Amino acid sequence: MTPDQFNFLRAFLKEHSGLVLGEDKRYLLDSRLNPVAKQFNHASLSDMVVALKRPGAQKLSDAIIEAMTINESFFFRDMTPFDNFRNIMLPHMLKERATSRKLRIWSAAASTGQEGYSLAIELLEQKSKMSGWRTEILGTDLSTEALAKARAGAYTQFEVQRGMPSNLLMKYFKQQGAEWMVAPAVKSMVTYKPFNLLKEFRSLGQFDIVFCRNVLIYFDRETKADILQRMAKQMAPDGYLVLGAAETIIGLSDAYKMVPGVRGLYQRSADKAAIPAKAKTTAAASDRWKAKKATAIPAVKPRTARPLRAVASSSRTNLFAKNR
Amino acid sequence: MSYCLIVDDSAVIRKVARHIIESLEFETDEAADGSIALKKCRENMPDAVLLDWNMPKMDGMAFIKALRQEENGKKPKVIFCTTENDAKHISQAITAGADEFVMKPFDKTILETKFQQVGLLD
Ligand SMILES: C[S@@+](CC[C@H](N)C(=O)[O-])C[C@H]1O[C@@H](n2cnc3c(N)ncnc32)[C@H](O)[C@@H]1O
Repeated sequence: MTPDQFNFLRAFLKEHSGLVLGEDKRYLLDSRLNPVAKQFNHASLSDMVVALKRPGAQKLSDAIIEAMTINESFFFRDMTPFDNFRNIMLPHMLKERATSRKLRIWSAAASTGQEGYSLAIELLEQKSKMSGWRTEILGTDLSTEALAKARAGAYTQFEVQRGMPSNLLMKYFKQQGAEWMVAPAVKSMVTYKPFNLLKEFRSLGQFDIVFCRNVLIYFDRETKADILQRMAKQMAPDGYLVLGAAETIIGLSDAYKMVPGVRGLYQRSADKAAIPAKAKTTAAASDRWKAKKATAIPAVKPRTARPLRAVASSSRTNLFAKNR
Repeated sequence: MSYCLIVDDSAVIRKVARHIIESLEFETDEAADGSIALKKCRENMPDAVLLDWNMPKMDGMAFIKALRQEENGKKPKVIFCTTENDAKHISQAITAGADEFVMKPFDKTILETKFQQVGLLD
């Protein structure tokens, strides 16, 4: 591959998926795209680039974009965002949407589904408070391969252990051979759909909560700012935005304000007060895990310690009763 | 510093686990079966126990049942760590008083996450 071809691929990726590859990332292109070249019967990356430039190379183009995505994900990744979901975002929404009883959540880089299903499980755990509510979780991603896995809802032992507490594993998964399948009750709460964050958002509708985690890191400033700005327009005036642990809106967008005292949680700006004092108390009283970072939330009994016994004996049966 | 007792009849597993758990800033000690572990608990009750299931003399199940009867025996967070990997065993362990369950093979990410989930790390 000539330097020109390398640069062509870099520009191609930036244009189509937003991915910014440093000039030092040639090895990454080589290792990820060589299999694609082989698959399309090209003798070298060089030949593949020539083919990519021809009109009508849609399949090849998609395969290259797909091959460059990084789909790593975990259940309840980093924990704190999900503690915040349970202790701050949900109580706020339960109160503010008490009349409409509608809640729409967007997992904007859903990857293999762990984020969407973690949110669905959080909602199911609050079922008693949500009777009569219509909730929708939309998971979107550029990678159709990742989405296929998300839809299948089948995870290896390794994958479930990276983040899924045992009591919730018992309650919301069923073991099938070497794999763990998400319960139909969880699966039916999440819709997965291919979507490129570089594209217009309007067709997606309005959201109350947006998880956009560990995807902006791959983009340049301009792309990040643009996505954040357009995302704000798809959010309810008091909607929440959650970014990845290494991501921030600082210096990128003024469409959000930080929720005071809560790291990594943002709310659309220019409207109602963020967290009512009461929600904060709830946060302290019912936190499942010790807050990872030094937020104001003191460590209390983790949730895992509470319902284990009951869970072990009964709930699994209920959730799977239908499809036995 | 918190203290974790590692109970497994395989010296290799104990060594791997010890390495990871010490990197999480725990003091550690090892026991090759449940009865040795119980003796150690009576001398010095740990904050955490990483517990294998199948062991000679006293297995993990017998150990946790005995431990939970001990004075102060509810204090340690007990994390099973075993090749048993089916829902039935997990339920049994939890019913017997385990706080978490790790299915072997494990790595640092898995142990660290489990330790976080039961509130052993901040
Ligand atoms: C590291 S995963 C993050 C998964 C999950 N949000 C998490 O935090 O665990 C990043 C995902 O972003 C997706 N992605 C990358 N560029 C994208 C784009 N332009 N539009 C939509 N998704 C994109 C990738 O396909 C990948 O699945």
